[in-house]
Amino acid sequence: MTNELIAITLIWGFIFIYAVMATMDFGAGFWSMVYINQEKTKATNIANRYLSPTWEVTNVFIVAIVVALVSFFPGATFLLGTVLLVPGSIILLLLAIRSAFLVFAHITKEYEKALTYISGITGIIIPALLISVLPITHGEFIEMKNGTPALNISRLLTSPHEYAFIGFAISSTLFLSSLLLADYSNVADENDAYRIYRRDALILGPISLLMALFIMLTMQREATWLYEKMMNYLPWLIGSVLMFFVAGIALFLPSTKHKEMRGRPRLAVVAIVIQYFLASYAYGKAHLPYMIYPDVTIQSGFTHPNTFRALFASYIVGFLILFPGFVYFWRLFMKDQRYVRQKNEG
Amino acid sequence: MDDLVIARSLFGTTMAFHIIFATLGVGIPLMILFAELLYQKTKDRDYAVMAKRWTKGLAVLLGVAIPSGTIAGVQLSLLWPGFMEVIGKVMSLPFQIEIYAFFIEALFMSIYVYAADRISPAMRILSVTLIAIGASASAILITNVHAFEGTPAGFRIENGEIVDVDPWVAFFNPSFFVTAGHVVLSAFMTGAFVLASIAAYHMLRTKHHERVYRFHRKALMLSLTVGGIFSLLTALNGHESAQLLHKYQPEKLAAAEGLFETQSHAPLAIGGYTDRETESVKWAIEIPWALSFLAGNSFDTVVRGLNDFPKEWWPPLFVHTLFNAMVGIGFLLILLSIIGFVWNKIMKRPTFPHWLMWCFIAAGPLSVLGIEFGWIFACTGRQPWVIYRMMKTENAVTQTGNLATLFVLFVAVYIILSIAVVLVLRYYFRRHPVANDLEEKPNEGSLQM
Ligand code: HDD
Ligand code: HEM
Ligand code: HEM
Repeated sequence: MTNELIAITLIWGFIFIYAVMATMDFGAGFWSMVYINQEKTKATNIANRYLSPTWEVTNVFIVAIVVALVSFFPGATFLLGTVLLVPGSIILLLLAIRSAFLVFAHITKEYEKALTYISGITGIIIPALLISVLPITHGEFIEMKNGTPALNISRLLTSPHEYAFIGFAISSTLFLSSLLLADYSNVADENDAYRIYRRDALILGPISLLMALFIMLTMQREATWLYEKMMNYLPWLIGSVLMFFVAGIALFLPSTKHKEMRGRPRLAVVAIVIQYFLASYAYGKAHLPYMIYPDVTIQSGFTHPNTFRALFASYIVGFLILFPGFVYFWRLFMKDQRYVRQKNEG
Repeated sequence: MDDLVIARSLFGTTMAFHIIFATLGVGIPLMILFAELLYQKTKDRDYAVMAKRWTKGLAVLLGVAIPSGTIAGVQLSLLWPGFMEVIGKVMSLPFQIEIYAFFIEALFMSIYVYAADRISPAMRILSVTLIAIGASASAILITNVHAFEGTPAGFRIENGEIVDVDPWVAFFNPSFFVTAGHVVLSAFMTGAFVLASIAAYHMLRTKHHERVYRFHRKALMLSLTVGGIFSLLTALNGHESAQLLHKYQPEKLAAAEGLFETQSHAPLAIGGYTDRETESVKWAIEIPWALSFLAGNSFDTVVRGLNDFPKEWWPPLFVHTLFNAMVGIGFLLILLSIIGFVWNKIMKRPTFPHWLMWCFIAAGPLSVLGIEFGWIFACTGRQPWVIYRMMKTENAVTQTGNLATLFVLFVAVYIILSIAVVLVLRYYFRRHPVANDLEEKPNEGSLQM
């Protein structure tokens, strides 16, 4: 593997992890808003219990992505920084409000209701904006103005391709998070909450699959170069759809835990994560070597080789130091029954 | 206004906002650590309550520190893409390592706050220690990028190309240790004095509630001790920072001191303002020879004046006032700590007089002001360079227009967050008065955050 490929793979890995964690985070915020008045099912509590300790860690990932991009591909910074100034700033503003109010809501229970709405609504808008970075990198919305590149926002806002991505971001945020919350409530033995989240997942799964198809359809017209290259990875895409059906079946299998219930959410979650993995691999691989089509490739934007070596060494050391911390964190919040099952949090 | 001015104002505002919460995010964990350690040593539950309450406050402050820092980090690439291109090629190590520090802090902060009741005391102390280390490390690392802007190293620019890159030489650039030390020491000092202000304020208000009064008194003594020690260290290290300017950025020192003519036996001008027309500092108190001595440890030291440099390289002259304000605050707070120490330990008076209590209350806001003045001095005093003698600020700025709207939006969000954070802190601490915490039965579970 070349240095460039190693670097972009690392970034892709970060983005994938962030996508899964953030979907969860944003979706949980939305669900805790939707079910805020369902006292008896604890569906809101479940979402909050997951959300509270994780948002800070999730947030570090977004910073990690930006830092990795700038340090591995400084040559892409100028163009990316310039065209993403407006969408990036709006994302930042919403993220700031959301993160702050998430913490405030946790501390002052009386304000919880109003604040839950803020995190719920931004939980839908932010993924929609974040994903817009992808169609922007496809190149068709960047144009030269007086010798400097600029984002053509009106063209972006009238493009079906952009809306396909937005629809996909929202539906899959809600889909993935309801699935994960179904699993989390299953572990916590919260059967009512489990039923609700399983139902939501069953509704949203097919919608997000449709949205993915819609992306491919619009891509064929608007980003033909990418569509044609993605077709080279057809087996990956088919595998991805197959995993979707595996997850669907898993939700109808008899439960191993409670005789009267249906579904094996853990299996469904694993299948869906594999589904997203396969699809995003095909997308990412087809996107190469372009970071921003057609101006910036991973070769043209790459950092100085000495810097790359130093960064790479720091990654290895950093990983060795952090890994035990992550394991400990996981055991305390995802597996410790005392936390997952606590009856009346707050 | 042109876009360069707006970009600078926007970034400066973001940083000025972030730094308040970031500094407290570095300073308060250290105080929590001391409180936890004192609790384990003395078994006095007051210290456990102190740690718990400070942690609650810290959690709220981090709720703003983290998103505003995220803004700062991303804005750096959005507003100064030209600068970040160089940083990416040469100086990305500190940013990268900072991510690991953030992870450590984020992981253990969540553990300390949300799992306090399920982990052992030893694990709790380890968690707070790691939070303090993570926060200090992130301050040191980000400051290193700032240090590099003043004393760039580890690369050359040849025909517009960046060559001879050595990322470790860049990392250990000449001003790294002194500058990072100054920022961390001043953050520890500020965290302590802000908590001292709060304790002093509550002592004045709860004179008749013996139990609560004693609690705040302990908090005050602890914070004054820590604040006093670190204010002394900050000043000593600040002196080294100034000597570094003498060596590496002489025009910045000249602007800070309002010195126009190069000379040995240079005088130190305290106070006043720098007048461009008469090339002098008006209304200042002059101490003969002092500047030469401070800059190079001898009266013979030649200190270069602004006239040695082309006018377009001059930093704005008002930095003299900012510099004086920072140093003034530093000396005032050292003096205050000494008075407090003498009063309490040498004269053995059990209570402080009213006027002294009000001085303690002022200490927190003053040190935050010191931080603000210091930073604006350091960043504005570097102008017109974003990387000293390598890259001009105007060549680093984004080409996208329409910054004014964004500026207004960001400022609005900072205002909303400032108001919200004050309301939430007031609401929480009104709802949970110290008296309740102190009365709780001393069992392990009550320490839950
Ligand atoms: C409570 C805060 C505080 C206090 C009391 C002081 N400082 Fe400071 N100073 C800072 C907080 C600070 C800072 C905000 O942390 C800065 C801004 C950039 C930096 O590196 O640290 C700074 C910068 C800074 C610089 C500029 C470094 C540069 O431009 O690269 C110098 C020369 C000094 N300081 C010197 C001093 C001296 C001689 C002090 C004597 C008492 C002093 N400071 C007290
Ligand atoms: C946290 C406290 C800080 C404050 C209050 C602060 C303040 C400011 C201000 C007021 C400006 C505008 C300067 C002018 O145009 O006159 C500025 C610019 C800038 N600062 Fe800082 N700064 C801080 C920290 C940092 C750090 C740690 C870095 C390094 C990573 C940094 C990097 C920059 C850059 C790149 C610019 C823009 C280019 C320039 O004007 O030179 N700042 N800052
Ligand atoms: C010297 C001045 C600064 C100090 C002392 C400081 C300190 C801190 C602290 C203590 C935090 C909270 C960390 C956490 O809980 O994870 C924080 C957050 C952050 N800061 Fe600053 N900071 C400074 C300047 C900057 C600058 C100039 C930038 C941008 C280039 C920046 C970027 C960030 C980011 C991205 C975060 C959020 C990290 C996260 O997601 O946890 N900081 N900072």
